[in-house]
Amino acid sequence: MTRVLPVLCVLAVVITVWFAASVPMNWSQAAALADDNASWADIAAATQSLERPLLPTPAQIAGNMVTTLFFYPITAPRSLLHHALVTAWESLFGFVISLGAGIALAIGIVHIRTLDRTLMPWLVASQAIPVLAIAPMVVVVLGNIGLTGALPKALIAGWLSFFPITTGMVKGLRSSDVMQRDLLHTYNATVSQIFTKLRWPSSMAFLFPAMKVAAPLALVGAIVAELPTGAQAGLGARLLTGSYYGLTLQIWSALLMAALLAVLAIGLVDVAQAVLVRGRGGRL
Amino acid sequence: MNTTILLLLSLLTGCVVLVLLARGDSRPCRIATPIVFGLLVLWIWQVACVGYHVPFVLLPPPSDIGVAIATHIPILAVDFRQTVLRSVIPGWLIGSGTGLLAAIALDGSPFLRRGVLPLGSLVSAMPIVGIAPIMVMWFGFDWQSKAAVVVAMTFFPMLVNAGAGLAQTSAMEADLMRSYAAGYRTTLLKLRLPSALPFVFNALKLNATLALIGAIVAEFFGTPIVGMGFRISTEAARLDLGVVWAEIVIAAGIGTMSFALLSLLERLVTFWHPSYH
Repeated sequence: MTRVLPVLCVLAVVITVWFAASVPMNWSQAAALADDNASWADIAAATQSLERPLLPTPAQIAGNMVTTLFFYPITAPRSLLHHALVTAWESLFGFVISLGAGIALAIGIVHIRTLDRTLMPWLVASQAIPVLAIAPMVVVVLGNIGLTGALPKALIAGWLSFFPITTGMVKGLRSSDVMQRDLLHTYNATVSQIFTKLRWPSSMAFLFPAMKVAAPLALVGAIVAELPTGAQAGLGARLLTGSYYGLTLQIWSALLMAALLAVLAIGLVDVAQAVLVRGRGGRL
Repeated sequence: MNTTILLLLSLLTGCVVLVLLARGDSRPCRIATPIVFGLLVLWIWQVACVGYHVPFVLLPPPSDIGVAIATHIPILAVDFRQTVLRSVIPGWLIGSGTGLLAAIALDGSPFLRRGVLPLGSLVSAMPIVGIAPIMVMWFGFDWQSKAAVVVAMTFFPMLVNAGAGLAQTSAMEADLMRSYAAGYRTTLLKLRLPSALPFVFNALKLNATLALIGAIVAEFFGTPIVGMGFRISTEAARLDLGVVWAEIVIAAGIGTMSFALLSLLERLVTFWHPSYH
């Protein structure tokens, strides 16, 4: 309770301020639409239910989300669920690619000295590069050679989540104690035995935090990669069309849906971690 | 055929040189290895692109990207001014500054800290760039909306990191300050803020990249006809990839430079930290 109560209090304050701010933010639009003899109270009430408000109220966004999530068939272009699933699939696809590639590269870096010395400085430096800037070009170029659909977006998503996974996994595979490695040496263990019995198990404590960083990044990558394709499907497309036509409710509900997906992704990593911890008798 | 032989030959020599270099443990060897690798990649890229006549729109050779940078300097300069000087730097300063101040303000109340920090770390894991269309609606098409996106993106990482940094001081150190009869303010200035500095710099470095991404992606949503993100998205759609590559190289350069500068500043300011001894 001591952990939940402060968070709930802060959330309550945020939502109250939000409702309060929506009145002055939408005032001029509501006043312009109102009758000449409308009272202050009428205009204030109207600010809460505009069609394209400057700042929609939390109630409006929740209402819009419920409608677009549950009251359209899943194949309809208006269904938020449809767009959310498209984005979720692209980011999951990319995440799985980067998980495989990142772990493979980390294993290589840990065992082969040349790879370590040549690639690690570049991996560290690449954190400082705004990789997302190449998204439009990659999507356009791949579209030009006939690769469209989920793959280009998944590649961007995977490219973004690749670096945290690789660097986290390199740290993890090196995290085992020198004493323990020496002990395995005295048992005459081979490199692959040291890997499966010591390095891999002890790397898990680093892999899961890295995955928690990487999963939301994959989501951001997928959303941004959806922008340059003429906004066909996905949460990025919802953001872009909403921005073109001034549909603020659509923007906010797409944004909130993206946030929910991020929370869901982190939660899934947590569940996977809990399963692993249980299988190992309570330790990671 | 010639190209294939040349490629295999350079690949072989490159690998041998890298393996030999990686054996050395001296400082020059450690620095030279990644540089040689980078040069090898550039060389193979160049030879393969020219030799196999790879279409320019697919992947231009590095030499052409160099030419594109040289011929587009006026455009690049204008875009740099719009994106970096007007959106990234002010947004980064405001976002990181307010994040740090908020962390200090929260520090006084354990209740608020327990309420805000979990939410803060949740928000910093979210796709905040998505607020770009909303900011465009609120602050207009020009750099103000991009700076606002940057502020929103950089605020939460700094809040969370500085919050964690301020919680770093041990009970022993706090007791020592108390035995000196130091008040809250003195303890904050002489003990807790300095010991939070590595965390603050961590957030500043993280935020430098986030700020660049925020400004560039926000420009995908609408901008006056200038800016790095605008140029990348429109010229990519027109398949004029020379400018796009030039902008990307510049963006990567800015990111790396700011990271290096911040690391240097960190060393100067936190010279006392045990990790440098």
